[in-house]
Amino acid sequence: MNRHWHNHAPSPTDSWVRRLPATWKLGVTLTLILVTVLAPPAGWLPWFVTMFLFLLVIIAASGISLWFLLQRLLLLLPFVLGVVVVNALAPTGRANWLAIALKSSLCLLTVMLTANTTPFSELVRALQTLRVPALLITTITLMHRYLFVLRDEAERMRRARASRTFTPGRRFQWQALSSVIGQLFVRASERAERIYDAMCARGWKSR
Amino acid sequence: MHIPDGFLDGKTAAVAGVISCAGVGLALRQVRRELPPRKVPLLGLSAAFLFAAQMVNFPVAGGTSGHLVGGALVAALLGPGAAVVVVTTVLIVQCFLFQDGGVLALGANVFNMAIVNSVAGFVIFKTMRRVVPGKRGRVAAMAFAGWCATVLAAICCAGQLAWSGTIAWSAAFPAMTLVHMLIGLGEGVISALVLLAVERARPDLVAAGPHAAGGQRGGEFLGYGLLAALGVALFVAPFACAWPDGLDAVAEKLGFAHKALAPLVTAPAADYRMPGIHWALGATAVAGAIGTLVVFTGSLLLGRWLVPSSSHHESPLAQPRA
Repeated sequence: MNRHWHNHAPSPTDSWVRRLPATWKLGVTLTLILVTVLAPPAGWLPWFVTMFLFLLVIIAASGISLWFLLQRLLLLLPFVLGVVVVNALAPTGRANWLAIALKSSLCLLTVMLTANTTPFSELVRALQTLRVPALLITTITLMHRYLFVLRDEAERMRRARASRTFTPGRRFQWQALSSVIGQLFVRASERAERIYDAMCARGWKSR
Repeated sequence: MHIPDGFLDGKTAAVAGVISCAGVGLALRQVRRELPPRKVPLLGLSAAFLFAAQMVNFPVAGGTSGHLVGGALVAALLGPGAAVVVVTTVLIVQCFLFQDGGVLALGANVFNMAIVNSVAGFVIFKTMRRVVPGKRGRVAAMAFAGWCATVLAAICCAGQLAWSGTIAWSAAFPAMTLVHMLIGLGEGVISALVLLAVERARPDLVAAGPHAAGGQRGGEFLGYGLLAALGVALFVAPFACAWPDGLDAVAEKLGFAHKALAPLVTAPAADYRMPGIHWALGATAVAGAIGTLVVFTGSLLLGRWLVPSSSHHESPLAQPRA
């Protein structure tokens, strides 16, 4: 289910949306989501139309392909649809599930637009100005830096394991995959030690 | 279990957000106090590790596949405070970078998957390790803790959805609990296997883990442990109390239990919804209780099966690799 994670950030096209300060974009995103979520059941349709038009303008201005956004939306929607189906089948307390489905799609689209027009480092800097604790910022930055490194490492280890394993039994496969994950943790903690030395060598001080 | 935006109403999102902020704050304080600075990069790397580990898919029957969630595993390896911070980081990055889970729902997601998962996983792991000694005990404890943590987080998620009025509790509780009782089996087995693999490669990492990160010492763990309990009470208790009231209800439920037992053994809660809503809730609770016992026994057997009796009692010769 997580295979779609690697295809974020299409081609970073330059646009005025991209150059806006990250704190503004974060603020606008949060406000839009807040209003969408809190919109009363009676008044959500006009708001939905207005916001959809606004998002279309932003999409046009940012130069992100509509096709890419649609693809992502379709990948992320199954859970939403699942809940909507459960909701429609529920014996009691049926909420307005159409409103819920549209609301969550709008919110998804908004976050997708922000994420794809803002470099992650600027988001982290925005979090810094919002006084998020330094330890959490360090952790987020390091995670973002090594996310794809470790993912590729896991993929290489999995492939190496698969090419040397000739018995496909299920029990064996589970043990093999688990030892890949275990080894990945060992390598990650060894890498963390090296990173600490490198950070100290460059004058890092824990706060 | 990632709740998207639009599924929670204002009050649920706000309450969950406040509890999560306080919990993560306390966990950060504990980590800053107890984790040596040398280990600070380990938090970020563990978060990246969790992300990468979630990409490894395990084949399950019928062409489907599952993957590790990992809150309980990280709690057992690094301690509860570090686990809260690590899983929170994973959730924040998933939310902003991959839109997995909503922005306003981040508080609820952090509460379910970071705080409840880690705290429950750690407490169960630690308690069961004390009861069942040795390496076998560790493996069994990990499997059981992984299962319990998954189911508990799912119940909290159901409570939040019901409190928001998105899904009725009578639909959300059985659906989420029963599905995650199955998912949790995979989580428990994978966590136990991974713990065993780490222990085999670097015994010192497992031995150093929970002790180095403290654990029950200090007020912080008590603080966010209580916050987790408070949140569970807040999100789940209103519905548990809405069941048919008083002693009559208990008797009624016990009656259900006797009637439910026989079919439950042969076909696990297959037609739980037919005779009505209360039946469904009662049957889910009974199925949960029976499931817990079955999984507890199963995890003991798993430990016995995975750890040969010769290596059960650690020999003093097992030196950590330099």
